[in-house]
Amino acid sequence: MATKANNVVEVDKVVVKFAGDSGDGMQLSGTQFSDTSAILGNDLATFPDFPSEIRAPQGTLAGVSGFQVHIGHTDIYTSGDDADVLVAMNPAALRYNMSHLKTGSTIIVDGDLFEPKNLKKAGYETNPLEDGSLSNYTVIAAPITSQTRTILKETGLDVKTMDKSRNQFAIGIVFYLLNRDMEEGAKFLAQKFKKKPELIDSNVLVMKGGHNYAHNLQLIHTTYRINPNLTKKGKYRNITGNVATAWGLMAAAERANLPLFLGSYPITPATEILAELAKFKNLGVKTFQAEDEIAGVMSAIGAAYAGSLAATSTAGPGLSLKSEALGLAVMTELPLVVVDVQRGGPSTGLPTKTEQSDLMQALYGRNGEAPMIVMAASSSSDCFHYAFHAAKISLEHMTPVILLTDSYLANGSELWQIPDINQLPEIKAPLVGENVEGGYKPYLRNEENLARYWAVPGQEGNQHRVGGLEKEDVTGSVSHNPHNHEKMVQLRAEKVRRAVVDVPNQELNGPEKGKLLVIGWGSTKGAIFTAWKQLFNEGKDIASACFNYIMPLPANTEEILSGYDQVLVCELNNGQFVNYLRMNFPNIKFTQFNKNQAQPFMVTELVQKFNEILEA
Amino acid sequence: MTEIKYTRKDFVSDQEVKWCAGCGDYSILSAVTNALPEIGINKKDIVFVSGIGCSSRFPYYVDTYGIHGLHGRAAALASGVKVSHPHLSVWIATGDGDSMAIGGNHFIHLIRRNIDVNLILFNNEIYGLTKGQYSPTSPLGHVTKTSPHGTVEHPFKPAELVMGSEGTFFARVPDTNPKMMKEVFIEAAKHNGASIVEVLQNCVIFNNNTHEEITGKEVRDDHQIYLKHGEKMIFGAENNKGLVLEGLKLKVVTIGEDGYTLDDILVHNAKDKDATMHYLLGRMSLPEFPVAMGVIRAVDAAVYNDELEKQISNAKATSKIKNMNDLVNAGETFVL
Repeated sequence: MATKANNVVEVDKVVVKFAGDSGDGMQLSGTQFSDTSAILGNDLATFPDFPSEIRAPQGTLAGVSGFQVHIGHTDIYTSGDDADVLVAMNPAALRYNMSHLKTGSTIIVDGDLFEPKNLKKAGYETNPLEDGSLSNYTVIAAPITSQTRTILKETGLDVKTMDKSRNQFAIGIVFYLLNRDMEEGAKFLAQKFKKKPELIDSNVLVMKGGHNYAHNLQLIHTTYRINPNLTKKGKYRNITGNVATAWGLMAAAERANLPLFLGSYPITPATEILAELAKFKNLGVKTFQAEDEIAGVMSAIGAAYAGSLAATSTAGPGLSLKSEALGLAVMTELPLVVVDVQRGGPSTGLPTKTEQSDLMQALYGRNGEAPMIVMAASSSSDCFHYAFHAAKISLEHMTPVILLTDSYLANGSELWQIPDINQLPEIKAPLVGENVEGGYKPYLRNEENLARYWAVPGQEGNQHRVGGLEKEDVTGSVSHNPHNHEKMVQLRAEKVRRAVVDVPNQELNGPEKGKLLVIGWGSTKGAIFTAWKQLFNEGKDIASACFNYIMPLPANTEEILSGYDQVLVCELNNGQFVNYLRMNFPNIKFTQFNKNQAQPFMVTELVQKFNEILEA
Repeated sequence: MTEIKYTRKDFVSDQEVKWCAGCGDYSILSAVTNALPEIGINKKDIVFVSGIGCSSRFPYYVDTYGIHGLHGRAAALASGVKVSHPHLSVWIATGDGDSMAIGGNHFIHLIRRNIDVNLILFNNEIYGLTKGQYSPTSPLGHVTKTSPHGTVEHPFKPAELVMGSEGTFFARVPDTNPKMMKEVFIEAAKHNGASIVEVLQNCVIFNNNTHEEITGKEVRDDHQIYLKHGEKMIFGAENNKGLVLEGLKLKVVTIGEDGYTLDDILVHNAKDKDATMHYLLGRMSLPEFPVAMGVIRAVDAAVYNDELEKQISNAKATSKIKNMNDLVNAGETFVL
């Protein structure tokens, strides 16, 4: 931290949390803040935190929704641990977020709402603004509601509409505190309210009001600046995991020159994939909102049989329902991408919260010997990459693939460097031509990767049948022959194993041998990497690796895992990946660090755990 | 559509047919392979889809494209085939266990969406492949292995589900009448929308003669009425019985008796958008009424796959975004 004149302090990273009632526009404020920060050149990641109830009673803890933004001069890998700045639009939002604040952080509240009625709704017995409980924080208790109404008095807007701009007063204060560009904030509003132009000026007015308030009252003695991240160059956009997943599938369809079909059923937190793809009829994308999860995947299998790049999107409970159909996709050896956006389980569980507890289901949750390729994305933006590669592997190896993401990646966002789609790898499905010489044989295989060749309806002369009954090798005739079944079970397993040629070697951070290797998979990558980096920079003997390919594992996995006194596997479940590794590598001793709170890892808790082991 | 002249043989596959001797499925297969040469579609564009059950082995026996899916899921599987590739002629072979029980949900939604497929419902009122348990179409009180004291549940009438799902095409045929089956399958193929054909099919092993009161040689003329669009609703061994409407109910009358003349007899209008009469006709059952056969309902309505294609071509024509590069660079981007 370097102090400059005018009490502007330069900092590397700041975490800002916007919290309020579901209707307080916290998502909008958060996006406004993150987009304008991106324009200034900051790296960023965002994460919304909302209840599964749509509009829980106003002013209560159950109704608090939040939007966290982590911006940095340096690279950002997570949406941040505890907040440096909290905007709490009511007492409930303050109370809800108190345990996620850094000591000494700045709290901006609407002082007008800290009166008996709202305090009681939030469960406060005394007013925290007056009882000294916030003495470790810098509190800005601005009269946001009354100021907003005063500013908009002349506009003729009704009180309800005026109050919807309260978030802009708060953001004006945040812009002052963190030296953001008001012009960009106004531009954002102009874009946002393009269809309701009467609201642009009023919102801008309130934002300026908040900014002036912070400036004039000299509430804030020190402001902060987060300089641009100069290591990032190029053209970026802010993207959520679900949008990135949808776009990855679309890009794969384009590179494979196949039509894209998504059969799906709405389910939190995966629904946005369906909604996003439904927008793109202009690119020929077909989405089929089925009557249930089973029909979603079955329609996708039908589309695959007919020659589409077919996908289905779901969350854990939906994956359970699709199990039988996934077996059919394995048996018919058709390409199919299954996206499971994991959430807290079991059963309905915690629908809007994140967890990594579907791994075993993805690997083994089917009847019979039904191996599938299983992959996991590790950041909101790399959902694009892994969706693309899930499709590529599925099409080129003629086998279904499960891509695991989770609520944290799906709803969170980060900057994504826009690729040139034409530079993405080409995808070559093993399609046959019409009238295959000697007659088309559905289970004739490519000798190298064991993918069967793909004929599709509409082709002259290639009429054939596939289905869920065991098929004779090569001919595809129904067969109950015991030796044929043995052979087919091995062929299907070997086909999945051989997909390893398209799995990149596992990357390792830090020394190849030493005291501690920390392992993660999927969405915990950012937190584990950040924690590792901190300790590594402190000179600790620690390495880290985060897996994206689970089945098959990268070819160098055993090599990576060997050579450490301890291998610690960190995951947001009760130990699914660690047990999978134990099964695959019985000679390596693994220890585990599990969190079952349906919340992402905090960097601080990882650092603490790693230090405990290193110092033991 | 095509100049290719097919015969029945062109649609017979090289697979050995493994149904029980005397099974009604043989005559259905034969009627389908007889009908296919006359629907004017190249066999490279035909796909048979099925679920699980005796009838669901059907795709293996037709020399077209075919996919044998999961129990109850044929309608969903077929929806994916048709919606993704609407130029294909898609046929579903399914049974009363497959489509009325485990797949009941998919059945009604297929119909509600009006996706242009042809569904042949083999209704033998029993589970055959699992060896003789009652099905959702088994009559109340039916004694089977899983209902040794008789069932205590009411059966579905497929026709009512179709009408209740805003169906656009429903027909019924007995497996004992190859000529009628062929005619009706051709009508089903011509209909743009979800065509449902219920075949009263005999399971020779587990529910033999279940439809005998309808299809038996001695009784069939009096116990069936073959409905044809635009024709009088007349039936009977002597062709002198007919249907009239009294109040909100149908009634069987004899022409020349009780003052009824030919003029009083109803004319079948399969194209009436209002399904009320089709519902009454579909519900008719013995002994009060003959069982209605033929095309009971065939109306034009918006078809899912056609509407989707229209939306796509409109979107393609009007959008500035022509490919993925356009999309990823559109909207809010930041140059760092």
